[in-house]
Amino acid sequence: MSKPRVLIPVALGTNRDHDLAHAFELAGAEANVVPLTALRSGAFRLDDFQILGVPGGFSYGDALGAGRLFGLDLVGWFGDQLHAAVARQTPIIGVCNGFQALVRSGILPGPSHSAVLARNERHDFECRWVTLEPSTVRSVWTAGLSEPLRCPVAHGEGRFVSGDLDALRAADQVAFRYVDAGGKPAGGRYPANPNGSVADIAGVCDATGFVVGLMPHPEDHVLDRQDPLRGRPGAGAGRCLDLFKAGVAAVV
Amino acid sequence: MHERLGARQEIFGPQAVSRCCDPHAGGVGLCELAIVVGPGATIDSDTRSQIQALGFSVRSLETFRVVHIRARSDDPAHLAERLSEQLLIDPVGQWWCHRGELRNDGLIVETGLRPGVTDREAAELVRIAAELGLDLEAASIGRRHVIDVHRADGSALDAGRDGAAIELLARRVLHNEVIERWGVGELAPAFAATEAEALGTLSIPLARLESDGLAALNRSRRLGLDVEELRVIQSHFAEQGRAPTDAELETLAQTWSEHCAHKTFRARITFEPDGEVVDGLLKSYLRAATDRLDAPWVRSAFVDNAGIVEFEPGWDIALKAETHNHPSALEPFGGANTGVGGVVRDILGVSAKPVALTDILCFGPEDLPLDRLPDGVLHPHRVRNGVIAGVGDYGNKIGVPNLAGAIVHDPSYTTTPLVFAGCFGLLPTGSNPTMAQPGDSIVVLGGAVGRDGVGGATFSSQTMGVETAEIAGSSVQIGDPIVEKGLIDVVLEARDAGLYNAITDCGAGGLSSAIGEMAHTLGADVDLALVPRKYPGLAPWEVWLSEAQERMVLAVPDPEPLLELAGRWSVGAAVIGTFTGRGRLVVRDSAGGDPDQPVIDLDCGFLHDGRPQRQMIAERVEVGHRSANRTNDPIDPAATLLRLLAHPSIRSNESVLRTYDHEVLGGTYVRPYGGPQGDGPGDGTVLIPPGTSGTRGMALGIGVNAAMGRLDPGAMAWNVIDEAIRNVVVAGADPDQLSLLDNFAWGNPTDPATLGGLVAACAACHDASLHHGAPFVSGKDSLYNVFVHPDGTPDPVAPTLVITAVGLVKDLTVVPITGVVEAGDDVWLVGPPWGELGGSHLDLVLGEDHGGLVPQHDPDALGRHREVASAIAAGLVRSAHDLSEGGLAVAAAEWSFAGRLGLELDVSGATEVLFGEAPGRYLLEVRPDEADRVGAFLPSGIRIGSVTDSGRLRIGPIDLDLDDVGRAYTQRTSAHRTSADRTSADRTSADGPAPAGGGDE
Repeated sequence: MSKPRVLIPVALGTNRDHDLAHAFELAGAEANVVPLTALRSGAFRLDDFQILGVPGGFSYGDALGAGRLFGLDLVGWFGDQLHAAVARQTPIIGVCNGFQALVRSGILPGPSHSAVLARNERHDFECRWVTLEPSTVRSVWTAGLSEPLRCPVAHGEGRFVSGDLDALRAADQVAFRYVDAGGKPAGGRYPANPNGSVADIAGVCDATGFVVGLMPHPEDHVLDRQDPLRGRPGAGAGRCLDLFKAGVAAVV
Repeated sequence: MHERLGARQEIFGPQAVSRCCDPHAGGVGLCELAIVVGPGATIDSDTRSQIQALGFSVRSLETFRVVHIRARSDDPAHLAERLSEQLLIDPVGQWWCHRGELRNDGLIVETGLRPGVTDREAAELVRIAAELGLDLEAASIGRRHVIDVHRADGSALDAGRDGAAIELLARRVLHNEVIERWGVGELAPAFAATEAEALGTLSIPLARLESDGLAALNRSRRLGLDVEELRVIQSHFAEQGRAPTDAELETLAQTWSEHCAHKTFRARITFEPDGEVVDGLLKSYLRAATDRLDAPWVRSAFVDNAGIVEFEPGWDIALKAETHNHPSALEPFGGANTGVGGVVRDILGVSAKPVALTDILCFGPEDLPLDRLPDGVLHPHRVRNGVIAGVGDYGNKIGVPNLAGAIVHDPSYTTTPLVFAGCFGLLPTGSNPTMAQPGDSIVVLGGAVGRDGVGGATFSSQTMGVETAEIAGSSVQIGDPIVEKGLIDVVLEARDAGLYNAITDCGAGGLSSAIGEMAHTLGADVDLALVPRKYPGLAPWEVWLSEAQERMVLAVPDPEPLLELAGRWSVGAAVIGTFTGRGRLVVRDSAGGDPDQPVIDLDCGFLHDGRPQRQMIAERVEVGHRSANRTNDPIDPAATLLRLLAHPSIRSNESVLRTYDHEVLGGTYVRPYGGPQGDGPGDGTVLIPPGTSGTRGMALGIGVNAAMGRLDPGAMAWNVIDEAIRNVVVAGADPDQLSLLDNFAWGNPTDPATLGGLVAACAACHDASLHHGAPFVSGKDSLYNVFVHPDGTPDPVAPTLVITAVGLVKDLTVVPITGVVEAGDDVWLVGPPWGELGGSHLDLVLGEDHGGLVPQHDPDALGRHREVASAIAAGLVRSAHDLSEGGLAVAAAEWSFAGRLGLELDVSGATEVLFGEAPGRYLLEVRPDEADRVGAFLPSGIRIGSVTDSGRLRIGPIDLDLDDVGRAYTQRTSAHRTSADRTSADRTSADGPAPAGGGDE
């Protein structure tokens, strides 16, 4: 059987495209990094692919707000294809800037919710490792994950602000929460919750569970050698490869 | 939501009820809008304390973004609404209004960029608006500060009465005049001109000028040449029977500048009075050692933009470190930003993919009282914050991990801060084509040309003074990392497709140096009319010389596929001429004047080889007079250790490092900070470059020491080379396969004593390179780091040499980790237990030079590096830390803090033992049952104690609670920024709602 094809669209300033491609390849997929211009020209179409991974970076230098222009590109140029992909339950993941773009484009958390990824509470940009608790069974991406994940954050605008937090929780769309190293809720405390996100929300999914987005970078912890705890207690736990395997498994 | 509206109403004036269009709006199409986005950002604690230091008290200071638009529209109100709703505000928590609707009482200061300064956000706004069908002619983004600040007597600052005080506030805190304008009340936008008269080429009459006239010409055009060089130019054009054009003269000045030609490093230096001659520092010392070593892993050294060394079969590493000092002194964010951009471009200039960055930053004391700050100098605190923001911004945005660095504080860096930026790249072996062919097209890739960055090479080769900020504004640029990211993608794809025969970057000197270098013997014919420009009104010589970080020049046999590739990645590309093979550099401007009358027609031989070798005089540095005897009173060891840990050059920089992305690319193996909490300082760092076999690592180490440099430049060079080597050895690298980079930042080399110190340091580099078998593969010197005070007193920088060592980690599984690991393990000290105290960090905290020797070259240090490496290779070393600034006590404290475990070290309490510094010393952690095995690897090692779970740090007479150690070491080293520093950073990121509880750290 041929490998599922993942589309990784790239805007000017995207920079974690190869990290995401690497993670999907380790998970058993074929990753295709494609500039938006090549999609726009019609050389590629979204429905040529089974999975969409929107990568991290600084698309357009974060001009007018992180992810805004990338999000406008996605809906402005491929709105029909994108909504069709969502409708036919294509697994979609947005990481960091890709998450910001999916939120800006209204795909996440979904049409009935408004949300913003605002400037971090403390720092203009911060890079540190965090621990994440997968917190919904609604999503195909997270349903099989039983253990917390560990991976780095690297962003300046990642503070999740919800227009209607209760509705989001009631719909079970909180996909990841920041927890401390012992797995207990971060409770808004820095640095376990690195950016001041409301209710420790690190990522959300849409109502179908096929679209997920998160600020941290699971694609940068898919190998044991990437673990900063190497040689210490706790090393080896929290690898994020199963997240990508879950997305791939959903289409094979 | 109701609360938000309430807050909004407070800041609106009485006219807010009417939704009139902006007062600037015209009725017949062309309108100007000024849209304010709220809520404003509230003042942070750092800005507050800066304003307080000026003698004012701050009630409030709120900063709004102002977006200026010029557009053709019949319905400006509708345009403003669509732009704002769709592009400017967030759906949750933000609002917009016309500027005229905002309450206008109280003190208002607005700032905006000078026309022509890179403004990526404004450019993106115009682009995306067009996608939405909104046609904007221009956009510009500024800031509005609503200020409630009071004088000491309690009265509020008033626009009518307190002009001087407001100017002080604006210049010191709110804006940077090098790139920005400011005004009280509403500031009109300064759009770059869309139409302007084309400027022509001038002929510069030289023939009759005597020395005085030549010197005056040199000053008025800021050429940075000496009279001897101008005489050679004069006679060259006399032979041609004509005067040079302005473009020719500027091209020669750039090509012959210290920055490009390394005049001092190539000069013939005569020592007085003994008459010894050094015929070129590069040739006699740095390259001489590399040539003699002829190391098999060196692919290329000192010939291209960067050195290239072998990594593993099929893959090579390119390495380069640069300095960017002068610009960083004037515009810290932009200077550091473009410093990173420049060195990344150097790596791209040898066809390599950038995979790691380093930064070494040198600042004055952060607590310098404002009344001791010289005129024309930014406060070290502001320089530090701006530089750190600039380094982080560029690296984070291009997606290259920042893996190693240092921050050094010294009083001499107040007037001359130093910024060293390094970059490491990966390329398939043999994939860097370097030979342009006759008939190749000249393709320029990347950003369009503007007036920013004109004259960068000559500017950076001169001393600075109070007036420099005003006249050098155009030499300072703001980087555009997003364009450079695109460039990287295009160049690497073009490399793999074999689309070019040669490539180089437009560094200082712009097209003139790039094309001049590539056309070296071939010659070229260029038409400036084909060069993409940001705006009209540039003189031909400005187009030819404008520097931008984000531009490369390629020699391309068939340009079509490359132009198509560039289009796919949204990167600008244009064919602007051909390499001719005729040996002349010919530049025309077919858009202006006579195409048959070239702007430049220079013989390539004269351009590159016509410069007379500089003759210089040096004096010997007297270092032998220091005695081993110390003059200081007895010290309290524990209290002294805590003071050392809190010293700005030693204390934790973790909070700075966290503002840099060190994880992108997924290849980071040993991080700058480690341990169970991720906050313990490491030594060298290791990257497993993405795409390689994954079985090897690249280790990076850095050495720098200002205090020793001032006392003994030669010994300093030995010590910093040793420090860089220790770092990579701890990271698991093989000490017998190292490559080195040198970066000198020195004062005025025409001063014989200063030059004598430089010669001593270069000679030591030569000897140390041979001794360690570690070749230099690339380097960069920055001279004339002198600030001239208004009374004429020169204020030179401390002689500073930064050494970067790159090593190979051949077995990743044995690499020691950062911070001690387990109670009960043995601690071994490798090397002598005592060090020297001359030029030590102990003297920095004691506040003066108390004598003693500067650590000298230790011929046994190399053997100890090998011992440690062999113990690591045998898998016996669980953790390790080298002894450097502050000696044994500081190293043990950092190591213990990093691992959150105590230490019990049985050593003498002598000051030389606790705080002495010396080369080739390490602390190693080893399992107790492996003492015999490890002993066999470490003839120079001795077991001095163990790791404990007591929570105490015990080193001889020192007995401290680990919590106190941690508190001293981690005192806040905030990376906060002032409003002025963040203008540049913020231009490319939207203002989110003001963070709740922010600014109280």
